[in-house]
This record gives sequence, C-alpha cells and structure tokens, in this order.
Amino acid sequence: MSINRRDFLKTAGVIGVSLTVGDSFAAVKNKGAEVEFHGILYDSTRCVGCLTCETVCAEANKLSAPIGEPKPGVLRKTDEKHNTIVNCYKTSKGEVFIKTQCMHCNEPACVAACLTKAMYKTKEGPVIWRGNKCMGCRYCMVSCPFDVPKFEYHSSNPKIQKCTMCFEKIQKGGIPACAENCPAEAIKFGTRRELLKEARKRIVENPTTYIDEIYGDHTAGGTGFLYISSAPFNELGINTKLQNKSYPELSKGFLFSVPTVFVVLPTILLGIYEATKKNQFNESNEIE
Amino acid sequence: MKAMKLNNPSIPLSKGDEKKSTFKFIISEFKPKGKLLTPFNIISIPIIITGVILIVIRFINGIGSVTNLTQEVPWGLWIGFDVVTGVAFAGGAYVLTFMVYILNLHKYHSIVRVTVLNGFLAYVFYAGALLLDLGRPWNVINPIIGNDFGTSSVLFLVAWHFLLYMIAELIEFSPAVAEWLGAKRARKFLSGMTIAAVIFGITLSTLHQSGLGALYLMAKDKIHPLWYSEFIPVLFLISSVFAGLSMVIFEGSISHKVFFNQISKKNHDAQNGIVLGLAKICAAAMFAYLFMQLLVFIHGKRWDLLNTTMGYWYLIEMIGFVILPMMLYVYSYKKKNITLVKVAAIITMLGIILNRLNVTVIGFRWDAAIRYIPTWMELVVTLTVIFTEIWIFRWVINRMPVLSESPAWVNEKK
Repeated sequence: MSINRRDFLKTAGVIGVSLTVGDSFAAVKNKGAEVEFHGILYDSTRCVGCLTCETVCAEANKLSAPIGEPKPGVLRKTDEKHNTIVNCYKTSKGEVFIKTQCMHCNEPACVAACLTKAMYKTKEGPVIWRGNKCMGCRYCMVSCPFDVPKFEYHSSNPKIQKCTMCFEKIQKGGIPACAENCPAEAIKFGTRRELLKEARKRIVENPTTYIDEIYGDHTAGGTGFLYISSAPFNELGINTKLQNKSYPELSKGFLFSVPTVFVVLPTILLGIYEATKKNQFNESNEIE
Repeated sequence: MKAMKLNNPSIPLSKGDEKKSTFKFIISEFKPKGKLLTPFNIISIPIIITGVILIVIRFINGIGSVTNLTQEVPWGLWIGFDVVTGVAFAGGAYVLTFMVYILNLHKYHSIVRVTVLNGFLAYVFYAGALLLDLGRPWNVINPIIGNDFGTSSVLFLVAWHFLLYMIAELIEFSPAVAEWLGAKRARKFLSGMTIAAVIFGITLSTLHQSGLGALYLMAKDKIHPLWYSEFIPVLFLISSVFAGLSMVIFEGSISHKVFFNQISKKNHDAQNGIVLGLAKICAAAMFAYLFMQLLVFIHGKRWDLLNTTMGYWYLIEMIGFVILPMMLYVYSYKKKNITLVKVAAIITMLGIILNRLNVTVIGFRWDAAIRYIPTWMELVVTLTVIFTEIWIFRWVINRMPVLSESPAWVNEKK
C-alpha cells in the first residue's frame, strides 16, 4: 500500500503545482505520462465459483481466508477481512456466480468525500487508500453507493479495507492477483477501453449467452470493474437502480455555491451593518 | 463554600484592587463555587465518570467495542445527534449576532453574550465528540496542514468552517474574558474585532449549517426518499434558525432561574419582551421551512410514500413537530403567554432532534435487514459530552460577566 519515494515526490509536485499555478498547468504535466484507466472485466458465464480469487486475494492483501462457499440463498458479504466475495444466485438462467469487490469508479464518491485525499483515484485507475492521510471519519463509507469501504471497528489503529486492484503489483507491471490466478479466465485485467471493446465483442458474438448489457459502462458515471452476464443483473444481487450520473455530481452544486456565498454574503452583511449603524447612534444618544 | 455562594463574584470588581497576579487569580478561579451536592451534580457526576471510562475503552479496543456501528451504517448517534443536531442548536449564536450587530436590534443585546458562549462551547464539545468518532484521530490535523487538502469534499469544508467559526466565536466572546481578567487594553482591542468576527461568523455558519446537510447528498440511495432531496442543505439552514432560537429561549428560561442572582433587574424585566420577539421570528422561520418542505414533497411526487410506516413517521414529524409548535409560537406571541412560548420551544427542539436523526440515523439505511440501534454506551458518552459542556458553561457564567453586567470600567471609558 505504501507509495515509493519517486511517486510521492511526483504527486507532491503535481499537487504543489496545482495549488499554486492552478489545475490547467498540472493537467499539462500529467499528459506526458499517457496513462489510461485500467479495469477488470468479469464474465459471470465463465465463473465456476471455485473461490480461487478469494483465496489469492486474501494472500496478496494479508487478509483472512474465505469463509463458507457460494450457495444460492446464502448472501456472503465483503468485510474488513475479505476484500472480495463470490456469491451464487438462482436466476432465470440457472445458477450464476457473481463476484463483489470495489468497483473502482471513474469518478468515485469515496474520493470526492475524502477530506484528506486518503481515498485516491490513481491515474492508472485503481482507487486506493492511504493510511498516512486517513483520519478514520468513514465519510467514504457513507458516500459509496456500493458500500465498498470497510472499517476495522475492533482495532485501536483501524484501517479502511477495500480492493485496491492490487495497485502495487500493477505499478510493477503485474496484474491483480484475482485476474492472474482465475482458472476459468472469468477475470480479465486491462485498460478500461480494451475491456469494454472485449465485452461488447463477447456479447455480439454470443447473443444467446449474454444479456445485452455491460454493468459498469455507465453506472455511477462508469466504473473500472465491468460485468457481463447471462442473467439480468437485478437477479444477481446487483443494485441496478443506481444513477448513471457520477455521485460526486450530487454535491457539486453545493460546493460550487460556496465561493459565491463567501464573497456575496459578507458584502451584504457589511451593507446592512452600515445602513443600520445610524440606529445605533440614535439609540445610544437617547440613552445618554 | 456555602457562604461563598452568596457573594458570588458575578461582578469581579474586588480583584482589581487586590493586585493579585493574573496567574494566581486564574488558579484561584479554578476552585469550585457553590454547593457540590446539587441535583444536577448528583446526576451528572456518575454519568461523566462512566463516560470517561467508556471513552478510554473505546480508544484501547476500537470504536466497535462501545458502539453498534456497522459497515453499512458507519455514522450513528455520535455524528447524528452530537454533531449534526448539536450544531443546529448552536445556530442561535449566528442568528442573534446578526440581529444585534448587523441589524442593530438593541433589544436583544443582553442575551448575545450568553448565546455566543453557548454556541462556542457547543462547537468545542461537538468537535470533541467528533474526535471520539474518528478512527484515526491523530490524523485530524491533516486537512488543516495540507496532507492533503481534499477540496472536493463537503466534509473538508465543514471541518475548516468548524475551526474558523470557533475562532470567530472566541473573538466575539473574548471581551468578556478580558473583563474577567481586568485587561482593559486587551478588551478595547478585542471588542474592536467584534464586527469583523460577526460578519465572518455568519458567513461561515450559513455555509456549514447547510454543509452538514450537504454531507448526505451523496448518500442518495441510502436515505429514505421522504428525507432525501437536493434541498437538504437549504432545509438544514432554515431549520437551524428556529432550532438555535428555540435553544436560546429554552436555555434562557433555565439560566434565569439557576443564575437568578447574576441578572440585573433591568435585564430580567426585558426578558419577556425578548422571548416574545424570538417566538415571532421562530414562527416566521418555521413557516418558511414548512413551505420549503411542502415544495420538496410535492415536487418530488412523494404521495404514494405517505401510506407506509415511514410515511406516517414523516407526517408525525411534520404535523406534530413543525406545524404544531409553529401554531403555538404564533398563538403564544398573540396572547403574550411566556409559558406557552417555552412549551413551543421544547416541542420545536424535539422536532429538530427528530428531523436530524431521521436524516442521519433513522432514515439512513431504513431498509437494511439489521438496523443500527445505538448501545447504552453511546448514549452515556453523548450525555457525558453534554454534561461536561454544562459544567464548563456554569463555570464560565459564575466567573465572567456573561449574564451579569460588565464591570464599571467598561462604560467609564466611553
């Protein structure tokens, strides 16, 4: 989870520049890197529910081994000791497995919520958590529409736990543990653009197998984790009622009004004060 | 000790003559004044002791050891009541400073100091309560020192505003501290900053009272639709006006009994006029609030939600705790009935508690299989925060010229 020194300096530089010169200049600097958002494509038609992904995820992130196994009617949930979970649902297309973990939104609510940028959307795409910044306010948990970030309630030095798309491995040119080890090739890592192309290709080539929808293409402003499936997503315990607009959009209006209020309101108050000042003198004269 | 209560140094004139060093004077002021075994002390001391023990346990074993918070409901009573409701009740300070310093309504001048003190202590203690709820409180300075500035966060705004507003309120209150210490030149300097602090403070309050509502904007799918709308910030701001003023009425009625000997006859006689004036303002603010709620309700096409359990709950809040107290305020103002104003104030305050908890706790994840219900320990810690605040409040009132008149030298210099 730690960030190496070079990246820290780079980030610090970009932040420093953006704080002093403004965003436009920092954006130009970033362009030179030419990095695209990465993501994961999960194909539920290929998943056999073997729990390899859960096991290797626990090993890679030093968390607990999986408990129980996917069965229809049993809802297992991610928690502070399990970053990913595979569940099984009885659907109109038979029993279907579905994997749950952080969605790595393009515009994450948790990142917009974080007042210290501890939740951070890397330029490579993964959303990571940085313990040296986090104050443990759990506003990310309140804001995340997918209920992804988990908090260690029983620790005096609690961490926020969530899937990081194995960011450290990605930085070294590797791929996430779940994608690397999936024996059924149900989990594919790549750039988001490639994955969307691949997902569409699979749907077009097998119209009878797949439903014509990629979950994550537009939901919550687009997510890094993409799903294709044989059964409708609402039969798979996935919240299909989420908005397509990104979630930070919801508080943008309020935040944009802040500078205006900060300029206009004091001016008005000062105006009223000057206008009513007369009363003050009149009254105090009367008293004296 | 009993004898000391009678010559309560509400007007600390004697100390100037004694030529004691300020340090010695402050030390001597830490000694308790008044009886130790009052009913309030008997109730509050055991609760505070239990609360402190629970806080120690919380820091050793984690937040989960004393709270019922879950992964789905990460904010419970400590945020929903202590912070969100408490700050609404502290809204009286910005409304009153607006009335007295900006509109120059002199009628309300005698209650400004006590209200600002109340507001300041409320913020100090609710920010303190926030620390208890932080998992990693040692990082609390990060958004202040820039590790990092999460400027896209509503909470970033609220955090900064809390801090700045506390400073603004401290400046507004500081002349009273200077009068207590007999620091004449400091008082002149500090009272010169009042208007700037007031204007700054009102602006900050407007933004963070609404900001507390804006915190929940991103939780669109988690809050019951009857309580969620894009207008939460506006509703929170308007309701903070009558929440704060109702608190002023309530607190005033208690202070005038408990600290009776500190209040001059002139101010005592003026109190009824002040209370009736505040009642009128409350009624007007509540009407605006009700209108806004109605607008949100109709605009959101929420008729079908009314005939559900949560719908009835919503109607109870709106009819029993907004319309009823509003009518009571109007009626009691017309009839000049002070008792009825106090009843209205209490109902209004209950309504504010209900509303804030409906947004933050009761309506939050209302559909979850396992509902969050606070533990008794969360309640005790909440009470500890409130009682400790009242202890400090009483300490200050008994020493500084808050309810009592300023020392004579203040007016001499004019």
